[in-house]
Amino acid sequence: MKNKIKNLLKSNGMKTFNSTLIAIGLGLLVGLVVLLIVDSSNAAGGFSKILFGGFGRFADVLYYATPLILTGLSVGFAFKMGLFNIGASGQYTMGMFFALYVGLVWDLPGGLHWFVAILAAIVGGMLIGSIPGILKAHFNVNEVITSIMLNYIGMYIVDMLIKNNGKLVVGSEARTAYLPETVQSLSLGVSGSNLNIAIFLAIIIAVGLYIVLKKTTFGYELIATGYNKDASKYAGINYKRNTILTMVIAGGLAGLGGGVAILAPSLIADASQVYEPINVIAVAGFNGIAVALLASSSPIGIIFSALFISLIQRGGTSAALFGFKPQIIDIVIAIIIYFSAFSLIMSGWLGKIVKNYSRKKSKKGPDKENKVVK
Amino acid sequence: MDTFYYLVQSTLPIAIPLLLVALGGMFSERSGIINIALEGIMIFGAFFGAIFVLSTQNSSINPQILLIIGALVAGFASIGYSMLLAYASVNLKANQVIVGTALNMLIPAIVIIYAQLMNAGWSGVGDSPYSGGGITTTLNLYIHEVPLLSQIPVIGDLLFKDTYLTVYLGFLVLIISTIVLYKTKFGLRLRACGEHPQAADSVGINVYKMRYAGVALSGFLGGMGGYFYSVSVLNSNISGLTGVAGYGFLALAVMIFGQWKPVRIFFAALFFAFLSTLSVSVPLIPFLNNLGLDLTIYKMLPYIATLIVLIFTSKSSKAPKAEGIPYDKGLR
Repeated sequence: MKNKIKNLLKSNGMKTFNSTLIAIGLGLLVGLVVLLIVDSSNAAGGFSKILFGGFGRFADVLYYATPLILTGLSVGFAFKMGLFNIGASGQYTMGMFFALYVGLVWDLPGGLHWFVAILAAIVGGMLIGSIPGILKAHFNVNEVITSIMLNYIGMYIVDMLIKNNGKLVVGSEARTAYLPETVQSLSLGVSGSNLNIAIFLAIIIAVGLYIVLKKTTFGYELIATGYNKDASKYAGINYKRNTILTMVIAGGLAGLGGGVAILAPSLIADASQVYEPINVIAVAGFNGIAVALLASSSPIGIIFSALFISLIQRGGTSAALFGFKPQIIDIVIAIIIYFSAFSLIMSGWLGKIVKNYSRKKSKKGPDKENKVVK
Repeated sequence: MDTFYYLVQSTLPIAIPLLLVALGGMFSERSGIINIALEGIMIFGAFFGAIFVLSTQNSSINPQILLIIGALVAGFASIGYSMLLAYASVNLKANQVIVGTALNMLIPAIVIIYAQLMNAGWSGVGDSPYSGGGITTTLNLYIHEVPLLSQIPVIGDLLFKDTYLTVYLGFLVLIISTIVLYKTKFGLRLRACGEHPQAADSVGINVYKMRYAGVALSGFLGGMGGYFYSVSVLNSNISGLTGVAGYGFLALAVMIFGQWKPVRIFFAALFFAFLSTLSVSVPLIPFLNNLGLDLTIYKMLPYIATLIVLIFTSKSSKAPKAEGIPYDKGLR
């Protein structure tokens, strides 16, 4: 039994799980400190809202987690190959635009309309995601800088195209027109929530990516390249093709995230989700980085980390009851990302502490018997 | 000719923040640390600069002197913020890009919450300076014309009219940075740490210390650049909602375009600043005005230019060889 526990603690999965918990714990701790600074008398109430407020509206947690799962998968999938897709934001916006365009301009029959809009979102994300991939593969340009630039380029293109198209935008140019009901995702009918079938889509895709990574040659090549680029090239893996393919898939995932966000149903009759072309890049892509890091890029883990991030985000908005700004959650997420960057070192520290602790314990008694046996 | 003067006058105050921040990035990367947190460092600098200006704007001190002190306040405060990057990437050997991303996300939220906190406690006369998700100041730092110097033909019009003090400070920083990087022992050691830290270590250079110094310099220049950006573009205000509009990332592109060399970075900054001002200046340039393009296209230009430039420079890139790789003594 004891050995089992030891092995479990030593296993890689456990290490990353521990480090994730440490990062989350530290992030929440900083959040609590900020709450105490802002308003110490309401800090306890606000903090419990952040932690547990989301549970009261779990359908909403699932609803807001849907695009997060997809952007998280986008970032995580690229991470597996050693690529940092910081461009999920631009891909998300582009996917959203493609879905919006199909929804408002094309005239298609009921069920087909939604399906085509979803596909369009994937294509939109793929298009803009392919650019850093191609540049990385053929010109050896760092994908981080190019995808940051593409976040802005994508956002400006989308805003421009929306503003210049009377079918897409309302008269004041303040927001996009309402999407017809035929193109909106099917609501799951939870009262007071926009939860829709897209959550199943996201989960199925996560499982699908898990299978791709674990059971296919492409997935194996991808992970091998992530571990050691040069060795995998030497082993005959087509690095250029895989780089482009990975970025295209990552782009498609983030694009789909934008698509399901805009195609979600609305609680208000005859309305829909809207986009405001105000020249600001989407934060959803950056939250995807946090989701992917928390799960160490594991597709299944990403489902749960997206749920967690969504949970504290919902909690953050309900903390507004105590007068706190939801940006508290941005701070918590940023701190979590910060600590995730060196989380393995922290879990090393934890391992040492556990070791020291168990050593102290073993001096006291029961372990002596074991030694005699040896 | 007036159009030309106008273009130069409007380009320089934007080029200088880009120059400073890119120089900061250069020092950091030359020491071997990728500093993607420049965007966040800029906001941090602008934030502290604005706090300083807000607390002193009603005093009788000359505004231009306030600007100089504000720049120093912003610079030194940002050194502190940059240490979060230095500690994580030097001591803990963290992924530098991820740490940078976290720092970029953190500061806008802090600014917003700080503004909320101060707004709640605001009891002064008139509108609260904290109502816009940030800090709004009333200090006017614009220089209409510099006495005497503005009378010089051509140069007077180009450099000494309708400008900000930041322009002259920026040139000063450029000169100092060039000297530090190429003519001092420190600069040589810094460059060695970015190219081949193992070799540098073997001759007794403390790689960790040099990397801390590189990041600290990027914090100082990045913060100062952020403050200068807020002075010349945002009227010394800062908001956590809009931040510095991606100029920290543009500065990274400027640095790459400038191939990690100070003087080339200066010209790259001029080029990018010119592209950034184009969207405002189009009505003044008959040729572009006649094209009738959407103004948004001009807003995209700096970012598109970055992509194109990267494609053409990456083959012969002079990037420091050890950048982004945590230094491990055991691998020597």
